[in-house]
Amino acid sequence: MSCALLEFDQVSKVFPGVKALNGVSFEVHAGQVHGLLGENGAGKSTLLKILGGQYRPDGGRLLLAGQECRFHSAGDAIQAGIAVIHQELQYVPELTVAENVLLGRLPTRLGFVDHAAARRLVADKLAAIGVDLDPAVRLSELSIAQRQMVEICKAVMQDARVIAFDEPTSSLSHRESEILFRLVQALRAEGRALIYISHRLEELYALCDSCTIFRDGCKVATHPVMAEVPRERLIADMVGRELHDIYDYRERPAGEERLQVRGLRGAELPHELSFSVRRGEVLGFFGLVGAGRSELMRLLYGADRRSGGEVLLDGRKVSASGPAAAIEAGIVLCPEDRKEQGILAQSSVAENINISCRRHGLLGGVFLRHEREAARADGFIERLRIKTPSRDQEIRLLSGGNQQKVILARWLAEPGLKVLILDEPTRGIDVGAKNEIYRLIHDVAESGCCVIVVSSELPEVLGIADRLIVMREGRISGELQRAQANETEALRLALPDGAPSVQ
Amino acid sequence: MNMNVTSLPTSTSPKAPMKSSHQKLLKDHSMTLGYVVLFGLLSLTVDNFFSAANIVGLMLSVAQIGMVACTMMLCLASRDFDLSVGSIVAFSGVLGAIILERTGSVGLAVGGGLAVGALIGAGNGVLIAYLRVNALIATLATMLMVRGLAFIVSKGQAVGIVDEGFINFGDSQFLSLPLPVWVTVACFVVFGVLLNHTVFGRNTLAVGGNPEAARLAGVRVERLRVWLFALQGLVTAMAGLILSSRITSGQPNAAQGFELDVISACVLGGVSLQGGKARIFGVLVGVLIMGTVENVMNLLDVDAFYQYLMRGVILLAAVLLDQLKTRGERRV
Repeated sequence: MSCALLEFDQVSKVFPGVKALNGVSFEVHAGQVHGLLGENGAGKSTLLKILGGQYRPDGGRLLLAGQECRFHSAGDAIQAGIAVIHQELQYVPELTVAENVLLGRLPTRLGFVDHAAARRLVADKLAAIGVDLDPAVRLSELSIAQRQMVEICKAVMQDARVIAFDEPTSSLSHRESEILFRLVQALRAEGRALIYISHRLEELYALCDSCTIFRDGCKVATHPVMAEVPRERLIADMVGRELHDIYDYRERPAGEERLQVRGLRGAELPHELSFSVRRGEVLGFFGLVGAGRSELMRLLYGADRRSGGEVLLDGRKVSASGPAAAIEAGIVLCPEDRKEQGILAQSSVAENINISCRRHGLLGGVFLRHEREAARADGFIERLRIKTPSRDQEIRLLSGGNQQKVILARWLAEPGLKVLILDEPTRGIDVGAKNEIYRLIHDVAESGCCVIVVSSELPEVLGIADRLIVMREGRISGELQRAQANETEALRLALPDGAPSVQ
Repeated sequence: MNMNVTSLPTSTSPKAPMKSSHQKLLKDHSMTLGYVVLFGLLSLTVDNFFSAANIVGLMLSVAQIGMVACTMMLCLASRDFDLSVGSIVAFSGVLGAIILERTGSVGLAVGGGLAVGALIGAGNGVLIAYLRVNALIATLATMLMVRGLAFIVSKGQAVGIVDEGFINFGDSQFLSLPLPVWVTVACFVVFGVLLNHTVFGRNTLAVGGNPEAARLAGVRVERLRVWLFALQGLVTAMAGLILSSRITSGQPNAAQGFELDVISACVLGGVSLQGGKARIFGVLVGVLIMGTVENVMNLLDVDAFYQYLMRGVILLAAVLLDQLKTRGERRV
């Protein structure tokens, strides 16, 4: 076994009122991929920020090849040979691949940027790591996956000995993820030490040699050989309790058809799409990224303009004028991009919960009832177990799972809720919170609502849905009842080279 | 929905430290505190500053800025911007004076001026909300056009006002305060309530914080924007009519640079240009700071050229202070 290239020794970090990291120690070896697991807020990201020089630890040491490092800035960490690929990639969209990779160190001739040399340099590096990209293309023209490749190329260019990935696949499609995995394996073969954070266990099993599990800022366990650790053990370590079936599926009687979508079309979905949902049914929507699931939900919700088709709820036509009209009819949406489309970042938890439902029961039809809103917020914080110091906390300071619960509370507070649409409800959310959200979904369905869950995680939709609709390239390619649904069948319908549409 | 609430048990995680709540209070009201100190110092050091006549004069001098700052606050809070207010002040004043001259009816003059102001504002709103023109550009264009209209309808000349009733409005007093000051006070009350106690106000902040999230949460964003600008136009026209009553004429070149004074007052009052944040009390303090500084410089006979310099310095200092506060926040 190789020697420890990177060592965390009793590292601690304290924020006002919170101990984010509490004496954490573990080692990462050269030529290994080390996975970091834990719920949101367990301390993984804080650890990466210390590694990347953004935070200074309040206690403990960071050793690189046996030497203690003290980083005062992100630049120091890069100098020392450490690269962190953050979830939110950092790049300049209007600059080219070559310029981004060499940013700050562009080759010059007579004081002018030598673009030819820069392109050559970067092209060589890209070829070396097996990425097929034109160095002269602007980043704004690339997909997220390709931008990530550029970021990785930058790390390699800086000769990073340690590369850390923070949930790199959270916004990648299946195929893009595969490319990333190959790249990670290639980097490992070169003898670099890699740290890999992900919530997807399959991925961690496929990639990691060893792993460390965090809970509430403390290290729970380090497993030197990933393959020997059973899945249940990992989950139990993460949540601190046994979770046998995180989906908690409950059998429900299916009611009559409640929501009917007929021939819906829009700018990005030129083919007519129709489906229906029964009372009390959880309908799953699966497909690869770009299959058009989110676009369909946005059309249904009135968030994008329709070019044709209609939506009927309990036999009555729903106005297509916009989200406000959909909400009035009882159709609500938890959008895919929580940060950009869901939360009002600077507003309080209470404000985020009350924004929509407050229109009912105004004093004299005009004035807000502050006590009632506060009580409503407190009620949901308790019922959904939203972790927040108070209802007045700004929502941006909450973890992803808790933010998602607040958005759910916003819609559960709607007295006329009939159709709940959830687009990637558990993206970037830890196992414990996922389980709570699944239970909530079942509760809502049991109360007679229709629930539509869009997800790219196949086990998730298979686990919670009564029925599954699979989309491929803007069309509905098939429909599976819970009894007949399995991964192979769903993937066959989702993949572009699968069987022709509708079985 | 049934809400049986006790307290929040398990969820109340790491104690919100007492110290920080004091700090927060101090931070939130630093500008108010600063103004109180400034006021005290000036009262002691500047002759004639702390006298009833001077304070009333001070308030009267910021009456117009105060009214319009109320609606500008809403505008900025929704992440928009309005440069056309100075021109609307001039145009509505001129228009009111002309209507008065032709018809002799105060009602028609006031109604006409207000209606035109609201229409121009709504026009701004439509340009910005539905035709997706950048607010800065849209209102820059209307600022130029409306100023042009003011000159055109008046043929470039001041339009004199002789109607006693109309002039009296700007002149008369109620409870020893001039009527325009009362109008401003009313504006602060009305828009304070609008901001904090109505769906309209909360939605305005939501739109400023994140327009797309607000839309998906059911806010009719476009409609709200048009209303905001229409209100802004209406209040601005009112300010213009009051100004023309006080100077007994409609001046086509009145209120040049007024928009910048109003925006300065809002920024001094802690309104974020990024939208989503506004406090009516802050705006009041901002307006008072502007008025006080100008008033004191006049009392001390400071050269007008230096007054510009000072106003710029104060605005910059306020913004830098705010930056320092938020930077401290981010570091935590």
